[in-house]
Amino acid sequence: MTTVSLAMAVVVAALYAVGFYLLLQRSLMRVLLGVVVLGHGANLLLQLTGGPPARPPILGGSAEGSAPLADPLPQALALTAVVITFAMTTYLLALGYRSWVLVGHDEVQDDLEDRRIARRRTPTASMGEEADEQGDEVGVDPGSAAASGDPVGDRS
Amino acid sequence: MLPALPVLLPLLGAGATVVVGRWAWAQRVIGVTVLAAVSVVAAVLLVMADRGGPVVAEIGGWAAPVGIVLVADRLSALLLLISTVVTLAVLVYAIDQRIADYGRRTASTTFHPIFLVLSAGVSLAYLTGDLFSLFVAFEIMLAASYVLITRRTDARRIRSGMTYVIISLTSSLLFLTTVALVYAATGTVNLADLAERVAALPTGLQTVLALLVLVTFGIKAAIVPLHFWLPDSYPNAPAPVTALFAGLLTKVGIYALLRTRTLIFPEGHPSVLLLVLASVTMIVGVLGALAQNDLNRILSFLLVSHIGFMIFGLAVTDAAGAGGTALYVVHHITVQATLFLVSGLITRRTGTVSIDAMGGLAKRAPLLAVLFAIPALTLAGVPPTSGFVAKLALLQAGAGDGVATSVVAGIVILASLLTLYAVVRVWVRVFWGEPREPLPDNDPDDDLVVGTARTATPMYVATAALVAVSLTIAAAAGPLSAVTTRAGDDLVARTPYLGAVLGQEGAR
Repeated sequence: MTTVSLAMAVVVAALYAVGFYLLLQRSLMRVLLGVVVLGHGANLLLQLTGGPPARPPILGGSAEGSAPLADPLPQALALTAVVITFAMTTYLLALGYRSWVLVGHDEVQDDLEDRRIARRRTPTASMGEEADEQGDEVGVDPGSAAASGDPVGDRS
Repeated sequence: MLPALPVLLPLLGAGATVVVGRWAWAQRVIGVTVLAAVSVVAAVLLVMADRGGPVVAEIGGWAAPVGIVLVADRLSALLLLISTVVTLAVLVYAIDQRIADYGRRTASTTFHPIFLVLSAGVSLAYLTGDLFSLFVAFEIMLAASYVLITRRTDARRIRSGMTYVIISLTSSLLFLTTVALVYAATGTVNLADLAERVAALPTGLQTVLALLVLVTFGIKAAIVPLHFWLPDSYPNAPAPVTALFAGLLTKVGIYALLRTRTLIFPEGHPSVLLLVLASVTMIVGVLGALAQNDLNRILSFLLVSHIGFMIFGLAVTDAAGAGGTALYVVHHITVQATLFLVSGLITRRTGTVSIDAMGGLAKRAPLLAVLFAIPALTLAGVPPTSGFVAKLALLQAGAGDGVATSVVAGIVILASLLTLYAVVRVWVRVFWGEPREPLPDNDPDDDLVVGTARTATPMYVATAALVAVSLTIAAAAGPLSAVTTRAGDDLVARTPYLGAVLGQEGAR
């Protein structure tokens, strides 16, 4: 079982806290930063599992019998994970840009259909339902109205 | 090297489809050929694993605890086979949908490569014997799914794509954290090696690791408190993509849970936590389905609900539970993908996804009615179908495993009946009543709702083929449940897997 130094534990904890906090934000840019920070936290944690810092690397078996060597496996794993996190970051950037082009902002929006279903269960009978729904969709949530309208028309 | 082929072939195929990107027919031939070949390999692996125990391939020639291994035991090979068959049918459907929409000559540069990469990721997730490779497999699979769900974006798909991508990324980073903690605690990421080393850890630490694994895979599998992303994102993708995701991705999460729970964290008594999660998932999912009137969202909520059935199988301790879960996964992959493909056909016909705006389709499209009725009844578990066989296996497993499990078995029956009610509700609104004129396509550019006129016959053939697969599962229930029972025995006994991976001294 590997143990880590207090400083590193605090750093990892701080990275996770900041990362999750940013993930909970509305703007995709902040979410992106959250993913980056959280990814750093996870990769640092992965790196730390290889033993305390400053151990010598494996170099052709010359360190026979001396101080314990750094475990190379977590480094390989962290390398893979860094590449994956990087790829996902670029993808999120592209997605944010696309959202900005199509919708005009990069906010993560609510699910309109869910809201509509939640509002449907009013005591009034089903006759006026359709009209009510239309009113709701336009009136209640101006922030997300872009999703229900037809912003795609702007493309041409 | 046979277990490496289901991963290698689709990846090589993906590269080849990029190279021949200008020729649509070549892409189609490569895609279908590769998936057909993988199906054959999977069938061979299943026979080999069933006759002679798990087939192990050591990648790079390093033996198990050090090197990465691919293991095809009965469970992996069976799920690989059914997944590849479903993927193949979905690909045929997708190809013909594209031909119907855009003509025979247009080539899509991204679709085929990404589709094959997704297939490779799913295969790797089933076959890998290494926790970190499992993470990589999930990433391959999810990265491909991100692209598929946001291809040809409009504003609506961007919104649902964002939710999907963010929640999946979060679960991936949690998975990475789990891998790090597991490695820190045990010094290995090989699943078979972990099976022995985790048992030596303090109980508290074991619980923490097991919970992290549960949350990570629970997000992928859409277990109820973690399911919100699914009915939000899946319905907005094109029908073949939704069918593929609904059929495979959540089930890969279930597979990972089944594998880790039986191999690394065996409990020896029914898991109360999983029983509670299973009940809540079943009930919340099916009630959600009853509240909706968008066909795809109804199916998505039913998908969530039926994840609960599989969690129930996981909660049961003995081998019957694991075997029942395996059988249920096989049945559910087929039927859920079929239903989404049929839903795609229905929306093409009616021009809307709202079941309130449909009606009288039984008269206008009797074939469609048959294609919907069979998988719908199968999903609800009406007796002669594969759903009944799978549910019976689960209930039999649950009935013999204590009081709490028997109570949840009652909830299984309740959820099945509610599922029946949900699909009958769809049936009445969509297929009975006054025939309505199809709605015009208000957005001809997107490939979500493509109006009314054009449907290629092969799309029906692909859907009918999946219905036939589902009927075959029902007809071959005896031999199939024998295989899954043996698979369940293997999983709980653990020795065949450990022996095959670690060599004979590992199989104590």
